[in-house]
Amino acid sequence: MLHLDFVEQVKLLDRFNNKTTTGTLYLTATHLIFVESNVPGAHEIWILHHHIASVEKLSLTTSGCPLLIQCRNFRVVHFVVPRERDCHDVYSSLLRLLRPVSYDELYAFSYNPKQNEQQREVGWQLIDLTAEFERLGLPCDQWQLSDVNRDYKVCETYPRDLYVPITASKPIIVGSSKFRSKGRFPVLTYFYQEKKAAVCRCSQPLSGFSARCLEDEHMLQAISKANHNSRFVYVMDTRPKLNALANRAAGKGYENEDNYSNIRFQFVGIENIHVMRASLQKLLEVVGTRSLSVNDYLLGLESSGWLRHIKAIVDAAIFLTKAVTVEGASVLVHCSDGWDRTAQVCALGALLMDPYYRTLKGFMVLIEKEWISFGHKFADRCDQLDGDPREVSPVFTQFLDCVWQLMEQFPQAFEFSEWFLIQLHEHVHSCQFGNFLGNSQRQREELQLKDRTYSLWAHLLSEQHNYLNPVYSPSFAERHPVLEPSTQPWNFKFWRNMYHQFDRTMHPRQSILKHTLTLKESNSKLEDTAHTLQAKLQTLGVSTSPLELHSWSREHRLPPRPQSLILGAPLSRKEAQQEEEVLGEEALEDAPDGNGGERTVEGSSATENGYGELQSSFSSKNEPAMVSLEFGVARMTC
Amino acid sequence: MTMEFSEHIKTANVDDVVLKLPLRPALKGTLCVTAHHLVFSERKEEGSYQLLLLLRSVDAIEKSVENLLGYPQYPSAGPGQRMTGLSGSSGTIVIKCKDLRILQFDIPGMEECLNVASSIEALSSLESVTELYPFFHRPRELSLSEPWGLSSPQQQYAQTERLWDRWRLSKVNRNFSVCMSYPRTVIVPCAIDDITLAKAASFRQGGRFPVLCYYHRSNGMVIMRSSQPMTGANRKRCREDELLLQAAIDESEMGYIIDTRSAQQAQQARMAGGGFESKAFYHHWRRLHRHLERGKVLQESLIKLVEACGDPSQNMDRWLSKLENSKWLSHVHSALSTAGLVAECVERDGHSVLVHGFEGTDTTLLVTSLAQLILDPASRTFRGFLQLLEREWVQAGHPFRQRCAHSAHSHARLRQECPAFLLLLDATWQLGRQFPLALEFSEVLLLRLAQDAYASDYGTFLCSSEQERCALQVKENTHCLFQFLLRREEREKYVNPLYEATDLAIWPSVHPQSLQLWTGLFLRWTEYAQTMDEAREEIWTIVKERKETDRPKGCAHTTLSRHDSFTNVENLMDELTVL
Repeated sequence: MLHLDFVEQVKLLDRFNNKTTTGTLYLTATHLIFVESNVPGAHEIWILHHHIASVEKLSLTTSGCPLLIQCRNFRVVHFVVPRERDCHDVYSSLLRLLRPVSYDELYAFSYNPKQNEQQREVGWQLIDLTAEFERLGLPCDQWQLSDVNRDYKVCETYPRDLYVPITASKPIIVGSSKFRSKGRFPVLTYFYQEKKAAVCRCSQPLSGFSARCLEDEHMLQAISKANHNSRFVYVMDTRPKLNALANRAAGKGYENEDNYSNIRFQFVGIENIHVMRASLQKLLEVVGTRSLSVNDYLLGLESSGWLRHIKAIVDAAIFLTKAVTVEGASVLVHCSDGWDRTAQVCALGALLMDPYYRTLKGFMVLIEKEWISFGHKFADRCDQLDGDPREVSPVFTQFLDCVWQLMEQFPQAFEFSEWFLIQLHEHVHSCQFGNFLGNSQRQREELQLKDRTYSLWAHLLSEQHNYLNPVYSPSFAERHPVLEPSTQPWNFKFWRNMYHQFDRTMHPRQSILKHTLTLKESNSKLEDTAHTLQAKLQTLGVSTSPLELHSWSREHRLPPRPQSLILGAPLSRKEAQQEEEVLGEEALEDAPDGNGGERTVEGSSATENGYGELQSSFSSKNEPAMVSLEFGVARMTC
Repeated sequence: MTMEFSEHIKTANVDDVVLKLPLRPALKGTLCVTAHHLVFSERKEEGSYQLLLLLRSVDAIEKSVENLLGYPQYPSAGPGQRMTGLSGSSGTIVIKCKDLRILQFDIPGMEECLNVASSIEALSSLESVTELYPFFHRPRELSLSEPWGLSSPQQQYAQTERLWDRWRLSKVNRNFSVCMSYPRTVIVPCAIDDITLAKAASFRQGGRFPVLCYYHRSNGMVIMRSSQPMTGANRKRCREDELLLQAAIDESEMGYIIDTRSAQQAQQARMAGGGFESKAFYHHWRRLHRHLERGKVLQESLIKLVEACGDPSQNMDRWLSKLENSKWLSHVHSALSTAGLVAECVERDGHSVLVHGFEGTDTTLLVTSLAQLILDPASRTFRGFLQLLEREWVQAGHPFRQRCAHSAHSHARLRQECPAFLLLLDATWQLGRQFPLALEFSEVLLLRLAQDAYASDYGTFLCSSEQERCALQVKENTHCLFQFLLRREEREKYVNPLYEATDLAIWPSVHPQSLQLWTGLFLRWTEYAQTMDEAREEIWTIVKERKETDRPKGCAHTTLSRHDSFTNVENLMDELTVL
């Protein structure tokens, strides 16, 4: 199918300085690989075809034919292929490869991590939503599990198991679902046990200018009655009022307060998927500019509106949280179809309310529940198959961005670090695991994903030590079960580590996160060693009094890290791992653990490779008379 | 208390004052005005709050009074509500401090309020240096006989043996007669005698002739600084100045002059008698222009930024546009990239560099000191950084007295204020963000310095030059801040737990995406940063735990370090296995 396997003498241009690297470009069935030539410890870039958002052939230059590749994980690579013909071959092969038309072509169906059937099955059972609702105290005297959607008959984009008020009978449910866009009637998604207040979600009512539905009104009434703490239920329409008004003309719209007793209606003003798509595009354009000035950066940040949108989502989540935890009121959240903004706000709100979701496993549960099971259209939004470009939108990315903003404000509240978020983002687009494939649970079942693909959660849990936040404090969660973030605008920042994750020159050259994680691991490793040795000695009957082990043992110890991992940033680890998959064992030696396993950041470690990496990233010229610098092109006068 | 001070104090004590601090519930207590401080004590038996505010740190004061009995301005308000137990009149004083904190005092009694306000106004702006608090600050644990200052050009010279064959110490300025703003001794090329120096000095603005400020050990290149040459409109030249610069480099070498003005500014400066080094007369020097803002522009930038940070509106776009409009981060960017350029000339290209702008007392020092932080591992230690500040700012004649007279809140007409030193601290903070392991000191030290540069218990930042300090006997009559900070019990508060020395240069990224607003300084009093503090504590704990494993234990029955004891046990294990 491919015209070629590899092209030699390809130049890779750095998009922020004049650095070029020469190497060989390989095209495999799953990856585009660039290997730097003639360098010991050569730099490699692995690009999954699914990650490629666009390939552009630029006009021919003297040095060759430029190929610009933009990836969904924000990698931008600029190759120059010496021969136009080769370039065209790569280009057309890529075009074919990166537009899969059927699910079977996705990487997940060929990916094989060398696990047996049983391991695969166990992997899929790690996250269990029934257990999650049990944890929330459900079912209870006011909320029951309904089997109305067992066969996806009432709503095909909802999961099978749904929790509804006990007073909501089947006719009410069915009636309500007919009055809601895509049949997405109000169901419970989070239960705040302390106040018996529920967070429910649905889609917009088909109210038009005057239509009513008694069953739907009863449904809201039932939700209200299920909570004795409050006499009313909040209805949060997460759209801007104008959008909701416009929807009325199409026979949709929002709840009329006159028709629904005991509701308090509220618009929140989060923009739609098209605005968000354009916003991120604009943002990436701005930050991708070479020699960007500080003023243009700030102006671009403002005009892209990205941080404004992020703040709007966080503001909405705070509103939701306050209504539930402070007022003890139940809240019904919806937008248009109830799978984008609604998912963002419900998930973020739950994260603020419940410390469990701030743990590694809890966060997986949260995503499984609010995003995967309730039918966020991952396939459409992430462009998994060649589809309608107007359906693509960074809704989930935005959610991760919001979580990161919270992590910045509460460094000790989350068990996981930003690497975990970045890794999640990576795999939402990689199509390497089955979890995010398709648009709904029903579709996933039809694709038999649990039998044919592997679960990302198992993979992430197996290497969770890489995603831990070293300063996470469970006692912080006890003191602050509900997070109250500040919404001052300066708390919302551009997430450089996400949007520039592959632009090495832009990052802090040393990482606090990495360093503390290493320290903490090496501390616990020393303890472990001590304990093991002591235990061994004891079995041999030797006294170990001088060690005083108890004096430094700590409660929360990290699991010992598997030897097979490269100690590095997610980037290199990921690449290493892919390397492992494709090339087999030979590619990876066990990383020598040395001094307590020091991690090396790209171009950062002062101890190991020093700033050699950094130096080379500066375009140091050989001609002594000229100064041509990262710090700007020096201009000679007189 | 001397007569002069008490003249200013008409009301020394007021009871039932309500203090409103940012992020705290209001407190009720007694307010007391002394010669140098404002003291507020909460009226509570136990655990009561006390505030001791140095009057010098007051940047601006706003007062408003209302006499409710005479002029019922709020007819709708019930009398019982507004005047419980008070005489009927009251006032409010809002104090805006130079460290950007804002306090509000509600004072019962209009007269008391006005008296207190006028005392604060008078006592916070005393003109005479010797009346300032450092001349009265006498803590028990410090003695005036202790050494003042950390370093001197003599010490720097004595410690750098490799300087000796080419550079010498000159005392040409021993009476401050050649350059009023230089210290008594400076380091200059051996080949240039004092007479030549004096002539070169007369060709430079304010007599600030080129002197050495940094020697790069790895290749022997140097950084020098000066003020602009006074070439004037008719392109005057000065052989001695040319000789001086030529003597700094070899015949075959080439040096760079980094002019912190734009080429256009440098041209225009000639009209005012200033100018630049012409290529025709300084053959071996290449001039590069890097425009750094200074003076009023910087001061206004700071004012705008602080104003933006105090904006209560929650609007994202408005914030970003105000942040952009303040241009503060652009100034940080210029400072870091120009310093990076200097460092790159020295380290990568192997050339000596002369830095100057106009007077050579502001942007010049900013650039030379940042370049040293990038290049020199010694200046990144706690002591080394303080020494750097002492050499490059205090002794080098940065006019602290004028530049730091007011910070961002004052409505007083701007005269010579300029936050060049704050900009240095900010740029240093950015370096610390990008290299969290490379600096031995933490953000806390930078915040402390930002505070003390504007108002201090110590004499370090008083005056504008060594000459002034000598004339006023600052060193004899005040304590030295740097010495104080280096005391063991103080030092602990300011060190960076993650510090790991590196010999390499730390090249900062100057992409706008890599620069951040220094929230620790600019939003210090606006945002509740407890979560950050706790996280920092946790990092400390992890690091200490780590250090514990490296340090020999003080235990009575074993002096083995944990590593040693592991090794011991492991050896024992080996033996046992053998058995």
